[in-house]
Amino acid sequence: MMLMKRRDFLKAAAAAGAMASLYGCAGGNKAGGHVVVVGGGFGGATVAKYLRMWSEGSVQVTLIERNPAFVSCPISNLVIAGTKSMEDITVSYDNLKSKWGVRVLQDDVLAVDTAKRSVKLAKGGEMSYDRIVLSPGIDFMFDQIPGLNNAAAQEKIMHAWKAGPQTVTLRKQLEAMKDGGTFAIAIPKAPYRCPPGPYERACVVADYFKKNKPKSKVVILDANEDVQSKKGLFVKAWNDLYKDTIEYRPNSEVKDIEVASNTAILEFDKFKADVLNVIPPHRAGNIAAQSGIKLINNRWVDVDWLTMESTSTPGVHVIGDAIFPAPTMPKSGHMANQHGKLTAAAIINLLAGQAPNPTPVVMNTCYSFVDAKNAIHVASIHQYDAATKLVQPVKGAGGVSAARNELEGKAAMGWAKNIWADMLA
Amino acid sequence: MKRLTAIAAVCLLASAGAHAADPNLGRNLAATCANCHGTNGKAVPGGGMDSLAGESKAKLLQKLADFKSGDKPASIMHQITKGYTDEQLSLIADYYAAQK
Repeated sequence: MMLMKRRDFLKAAAAAGAMASLYGCAGGNKAGGHVVVVGGGFGGATVAKYLRMWSEGSVQVTLIERNPAFVSCPISNLVIAGTKSMEDITVSYDNLKSKWGVRVLQDDVLAVDTAKRSVKLAKGGEMSYDRIVLSPGIDFMFDQIPGLNNAAAQEKIMHAWKAGPQTVTLRKQLEAMKDGGTFAIAIPKAPYRCPPGPYERACVVADYFKKNKPKSKVVILDANEDVQSKKGLFVKAWNDLYKDTIEYRPNSEVKDIEVASNTAILEFDKFKADVLNVIPPHRAGNIAAQSGIKLINNRWVDVDWLTMESTSTPGVHVIGDAIFPAPTMPKSGHMANQHGKLTAAAIINLLAGQAPNPTPVVMNTCYSFVDAKNAIHVASIHQYDAATKLVQPVKGAGGVSAARNELEGKAAMGWAKNIWADMLA
Repeated sequence: MKRLTAIAAVCLLASAGAHAADPNLGRNLAATCANCHGTNGKAVPGGGMDSLAGESKAKLLQKLADFKSGDKPASIMHQITKGYTDEQLSLIADYYAAQK
């Protein structure tokens, strides 16, 4: 280099760059362009921030989110149990705007034209993109539970499976319930968002009952044949702490409801509750299907694990709960954040004319509270496998807690504060 | 033009391998830790998680190795470190050691 004149060096560098792109080798091109991110949850907020951070501001990012602030599903069960407030789980989008230069629009996307590469916004106008990231979370299949398939029913029977107004209403319903009443939570067949979440909710509501309404009961109506996550630890908590409070009923799929009487209708049985909490089956957020991208089982988006790009539609990346997961991969906020980083790295490479990272890794950590202070975890690490073109769980790694304890309760809150900051601070 | 030939040869070599490493591999791997340990290893103060930014590589690698072997008791890190190869842990340690 020392012997080369500057002009010659530039020529050589340009030629090397041409060679590099010809052979898919990393050249010195800088990523540029406009990325639209739809949905500002764990996945969308992360990809927006990391695109700006890792491109050093050279990629323009617009985040479209219908809510004015981020409200976290993780920790929202503690709001339902009365030990945390909505304020505790709400984080502003201000830092994404002021610190990272993300253009945040409070709006809704009506349609994505994947051929024209543009989105149509509810408040009017269209916006073009070079690449789009859909992080739409889930929408509920209310048609699977006919009695719940109308607005009036949905105002009375909460899912509280998207944190927000429903979280507050469910809390109020529990506060208003008489001592000696029954809270029933209905879990849909897997896959659903946050596999341990419903069992955590049962635990922390039972803890609230024990302390405030000790004659009350919690009944878990699980459509699955068994506990879907952290089974040993949850069953132990139920036996040790809630023997007279929690009743677990497997193979109890809710087929319909009678709204007036708070009754869940099962295949061969009925169950009347004082507070009925029904989590309907769900699928990828509606914008995914509306965009015409390939779904598996008409529910979840099929993605390429090197880029999180739709396998059917170039330029459309999909992350978070909306995707058809890789083997043993849970639908979790933590995993959505990891998808967001994988996608940010891939998009920056692609916009610079480079190949995506051929060896991505994602990992999951999920804490669940079993009472106001004690928590348990499950963790897993997933490495890309070129043979199957999937991220595969690493055998012998990950696992669950040895036992519930307060240290993990503290770690759970530490996790929450750090992941919220990793997305939004 | 020797230089150009050399660069092109390196590129060809890199693209020929099935696992041509991404130039930002260390950054990408380290980001998988950021959910708990903070963006670029700067944990939220008072959150109870260790900040990794600016720690020496030797110290980070020793901790990770001790978690992996089980020598250092942990609630979760012994399970997580086993999910990464030693080469990956080394890249992660490099990245965090270089953060200010």
